[in-house]
Amino acid sequence: MPIVIRNGRVIDPASGTDAVADVLIADGRIAGVAPNLSAPNAEVYDAGGMIVAPGFIDMHVHLREPGFEHAETIESGSRAAAAGGFTSICCMPNTKPVNDSVTVTSYIVERARAKAAVNVFPIGAITKGSAGEEISAIGGMKGEGAVAISDDGQPVMNARVMRRAMEFARSYDLPIIQHCEDLNLSAGGDMHEGANSVRWGLRGIPAASEDVMVSRDLILAQLTGARYHVAHISTANAVSMVAYARRQGLPVTCEVTPHHFALSDEDMGAYDSNYKMKPPLRGTTHREAIVYALARGTITAIATDHAPHAGSDKMQEFERCPFGVIGLETAVAVALEHLVTPGRITLERMVELFTTGPESVMRLGRGTLAVGAPGDVTIFSTDVAWTYDVNQSASRSRNSPFHGRKFRGGPMATVVDGQFRWKR
Amino acid sequence: MPDGLLGIEELDRSQIEAILLRAKHFQPMQSQSLKKLDTLRGKMIVNLFFEASTRTRTSFEIAAKRLGADAVSITASGSSVSKGESLVDTLNTLAAMRPDAIVMRHSASGAPHFLSRHLPTPIINAGDGTHEHPTQALLDARTILDRKGRLAGLRVAIIGDIAHSRVARSNVHLLSKFGAEIVLCGPPSLLPVELANLAPGVNLTNDIRAAIRNADVIMMLRVQLERQHEAAFPASEYFRFYGLQLEHLDLAKPDAIVMHPGPINRGHELSSEVADFQRSVILNQVENGIAVRMAVLEKVIG
Repeated sequence: MPIVIRNGRVIDPASGTDAVADVLIADGRIAGVAPNLSAPNAEVYDAGGMIVAPGFIDMHVHLREPGFEHAETIESGSRAAAAGGFTSICCMPNTKPVNDSVTVTSYIVERARAKAAVNVFPIGAITKGSAGEEISAIGGMKGEGAVAISDDGQPVMNARVMRRAMEFARSYDLPIIQHCEDLNLSAGGDMHEGANSVRWGLRGIPAASEDVMVSRDLILAQLTGARYHVAHISTANAVSMVAYARRQGLPVTCEVTPHHFALSDEDMGAYDSNYKMKPPLRGTTHREAIVYALARGTITAIATDHAPHAGSDKMQEFERCPFGVIGLETAVAVALEHLVTPGRITLERMVELFTTGPESVMRLGRGTLAVGAPGDVTIFSTDVAWTYDVNQSASRSRNSPFHGRKFRGGPMATVVDGQFRWKR
Repeated sequence: MPDGLLGIEELDRSQIEAILLRAKHFQPMQSQSLKKLDTLRGKMIVNLFFEASTRTRTSFEIAAKRLGADAVSITASGSSVSKGESLVDTLNTLAAMRPDAIVMRHSASGAPHFLSRHLPTPIINAGDGTHEHPTQALLDARTILDRKGRLAGLRVAIIGDIAHSRVARSNVHLLSKFGAEIVLCGPPSLLPVELANLAPGVNLTNDIRAAIRNADVIMMLRVQLERQHEAAFPASEYFRFYGLQLEHLDLAKPDAIVMHPGPINRGHELSSEVADFQRSVILNQVENGIAVRMAVLEKVIG
């Protein structure tokens, strides 16, 4: 059945559109963006007062399947994505087994085809088992649908291995995504090294552990010409170095998570494991540098790093709790509240960060409302008042620092391949 | 959350003063032949120690018994912990036996704070990781007051592995609340600069002589090899640069006292002569530990 989304403010950065119009979706594809569209038997959605945008892309999530289905599945994670306004998600390879082979990649693609509420694109491992030693079967994984390579959760510590991986990535025309952390500098750390880690007697993860790895990788990116992407960037020096590399014309990009632009280590409750993630929540000067980099254009994507962990795993001594927080359902609201409402970026820029930004890295053929493009649409409101109750989450996990937060603005409906997959 | 004692940081002056005053009341009975009261008769205290401890565990146990309470001590080895039970399940199991308080030591910073959010039983922190050791700071304050009569305006040097010391953190919070001047001293790798912001009145130095100059109180810390994850300082040179020796004491005030939370390592962080020095109050600290812990148990349970 065709869909007509009426009277919304259509913001499509790919075409420079920002106007009140109708969006017609037929046969799973965008069929028109213009005033007064209609089609026989169409389902009509009144988007008056709302924003209508290309389907949002989250280029960094953990779906935990296969191997950790008690924490999340492709089905539950993708339903959380739909509820967060995302129509496409890219899932990191740190499953069990690690997605380092054709078999695992095709398993994820098949499971997603059968169960997923949104488009799921797997990211293959850089090295076998993400152990940082032997390059994995990159070409074969690409053939099965992998859209990038990363050892996320584990950095590639060996510079020679990283160099070789970049050379492979370049030859397969895949982006290579690095979790930037020098494990020797961060060893044993549980939170950002700063006043609060010292106060609470917790081992620190210095900002330098990220900076050192970003600087090394940028030099290797220059050497190899690879399309290099910094995952979840969190420090002032790291964004400065990425900005420098981009000015030099290198094909280098980076993403930031909502929690890193919205929160600092000062917002964290003592020993609250729902604030424990990697990279850790940094100090306020780092957060300010991140927001500035979002406004300046150095950071080109917002990605959630949605990292579900079962309740029992987060109900432990702080130092034993795993790193990571869920974020799919709160990302749009957090971006509106912390970036758009205070005037740090425009609404159009925010839509870019969720659409053309990640699309330019991952090249999914999405993130646009051009006629003929896949029928993925995100409808959101800038003024709907709602409260995030993590216990109602579509995710199987509950580890969110935003539980109980009252938001103004958030997703209203999600259309994937021409079908409504979620409505508020 | 039930009222236990998790740390010094969240206490105010009047709460600390009340405990110290009550501890003074309990001091004389430590040397009486009949040492037992019935203030807490019928009360049950569980001492749960996930880390090795002799003095603190014994001190809590004696304090409980001198107040007439029953005390059960459990150490991590041989308990369900070694069978893979989670900390919160272990504590829930103990809480179901309805003790009146749980005294707990754990190697993870914040472990008692985490548990106190999930348990109905008051928790007394007997040391959590590298965070706080509140009863140690209280007994140190009681010992200083016995000798100096005041805390305000005193210059207190705390020397050693500050980074990994819960004793240092609790003492800094307590002494700062009473207006003492605190100098923290250690090698750079064991003295993070952020410590200067821990509380008002804190200064840092890497020079032991600068730390001791004009000090009223010299508090030595043990080098906690078990908490260091790399060689933060060459062990062979530690005593030479950060060990307290008799000649250092000439720099301090003439009536300066030397303290140490124990266990002491003679020839490592202080010389044997300093340990036996007449103004060393190390054993007074141990004795005051019981009086202070009686005051804490009475406050929490009584």
